Amino acid sequence: MKLRQTWQFIVITALCCGLMSLCPTPGRAGALESFKALDGTLDIAGGTAHIPVMQDAAKNIMQVNPKIRITIAGGGSGVGVQKVGEGLVAIGNTGRALTPEEVSRYGLKSFPFAIDGVAVAVNPANPVGALTSEQAQAIFAGKITNWKAVGGKDAPINLYGRDEASGTREVFWGKLLKKGPVAEKTNIVASNGAMKVAIAQDPGAIGYLGIGHVDQTVTAVKLDGAEPTQENAKNGTYPITRKLYMNTKGEPTPLARAFIDYILSPEGAPIIQKHGYIPVQQ
Amino acid sequence: MTVPDDHSLNLAWRRRSPRQVEGPFCREKVVRVMLAGAMLSAALGVAAILGFLAYFAWPLVAGGHLSQVFSWHWQPVRGQFGILPMLAGSLLLTLSAVLAAYPLAMGLCGFVHGAGRGPWVRPVLALIHFMTGIPTVVYGFVSVFVLVPRIRQWLGGTGYSWLAASLTLSLLILPTMVLLIHTQLRQTDSRVRLAAAALGLTPVQELLWVRLPQASQGLWAALILGWSRALGDTLIALMLSGNAPQVPQAVADSLRALTAHIALVVATDVGSAAYHSIFACGLILFAISAAVNLTLRRLQAPVAAPHHTHG
Repeated sequence: MKLRQTWQFIVITALCCGLMSLCPTPGRAGALESFKALDGTLDIAGGTAHIPVMQDAAKNIMQVNPKIRITIAGGGSGVGVQKVGEGLVAIGNTGRALTPEEVSRYGLKSFPFAIDGVAVAVNPANPVGALTSEQAQAIFAGKITNWKAVGGKDAPINLYGRDEASGTREVFWGKLLKKGPVAEKTNIVASNGAMKVAIAQDPGAIGYLGIGHVDQTVTAVKLDGAEPTQENAKNGTYPITRKLYMNTKGEPTPLARAFIDYILSPEGAPIIQKHGYIPVQQ
Repeated sequence: MTVPDDHSLNLAWRRRSPRQVEGPFCREKVVRVMLAGAMLSAALGVAAILGFLAYFAWPLVAGGHLSQVFSWHWQPVRGQFGILPMLAGSLLLTLSAVLAAYPLAMGLCGFVHGAGRGPWVRPVLALIHFMTGIPTVVYGFVSVFVLVPRIRQWLGGTGYSWLAASLTLSLLILPTMVLLIHTQLRQTDSRVRLAAAALGLTPVQELLWVRLPQASQGLWAALILGWSRALGDTLIALMLSGNAPQVPQAVADSLRALTAHIALVVATDVGSAAYHSIFACGLILFAISAAVNLTLRRLQAPVAAPHHTHG
């Protein structure tokens, strides 16, 4: 019995090692070279929209220099500000610009690295493909309650929104709803991913999420004739945009500075684009 | 050799050297100290939680915002921070869940303890034990994909509703209640059961007229503990109830529970009024738990010792 258990252990360990060795190790030069001289731990937390970009960058860096450890957590823009302000993480991600109170209270520095648009999304089975700003404002305020009022089927509109801490919600409310009223019966979901699931499952749903998160499971509607794509977000045709920021408390530590430079460098741009965002020109 | 009596035993203890006496007594002291330490850390932990809640909720009281928090509208963008809709939501949700789960739990226990026959009793109990181990998030996740679309189809609305959360919550607290009632029913004194059997009572009659009345305190405890567990559950309310900060008018309407409210608001900017309101929520939840526990202690008066009938 003991011999069999030992063999099982060896086989499983060998399998795991084999699988790990299959992970690709790109040999990149340039910005990654500077990481070879550093070591330590880098903690990052904050907005959920940033996580895919951070994870890819962290993977590349940790492969170049295994002595560096980078941890990435979510929590939303509010959490990002809290944690970096209290000194719990080195970089706090936000999906919105910092307020003057936050900057003066914690002494934070902001580094915008990408532009993300926020799109209004409906279920793919919904024939409505375009809305005007006024219609969108009335829908989210609860004044228009049936899809046939905007050219759809005769079905009630189901509203979905994001929680208080969401940078996505802040941009949407500020720029599209123009800080107007929001219906109290809006269902609140906790993340971009949860919003996608909710809209994909509900034929009468309408909600909002980052353009980088839009895929075939939801349909992004045109607003005032502007298609919600990243190009339109970049050139200003689609006005509901936000920047994604990395924030540090005061001057960043050497490791954090190297990380920020990597993301802002030409090697970081493909990572940002791969996840549907537009790199900010430095 | 004569049997030593008490007096001579005492003398024997005194004559022993100090080191010999310390042996078993020293270990006992160490164990006592360790147990006292464990008790103190647990008590201090709970007291610390209460202390921090009160400390963080103090700005609310001091700033005179308490009436603001105890109002009926939650619209932070308009400066309204009322948590009463959430309190109503929590109470409606948990009471309906208990209403659904308790009769089911009683029925299951009745089945296991008297009404059930043959090979079904053991597997049912095993299934209940298994259900206690399922993580809450699994219930929520499965319900999102199975229950919510059905409710949307049958009752309209978004599907994320009072009904969805209540059904799943009742499924979650069912095993807890069943196990509590089951334990209580099992503890019936065997002599009483023997007497009942001697009187010719069928298993069902014995269950209804002998064991259930004896276990009545445990039945109350199961009800209250099940409700208190439902009140404290966050994930199911967060994933299934829709989280609209309103008092629901129908079962298909969306509601927000106090626990889900805390989970949603905790990541906002520190220091804002919205943030302080969640400490008021925490205090309310803590107060309800404390009230529940005190009620439970009043109900669980020492169980009457079995009557010794002589002769």
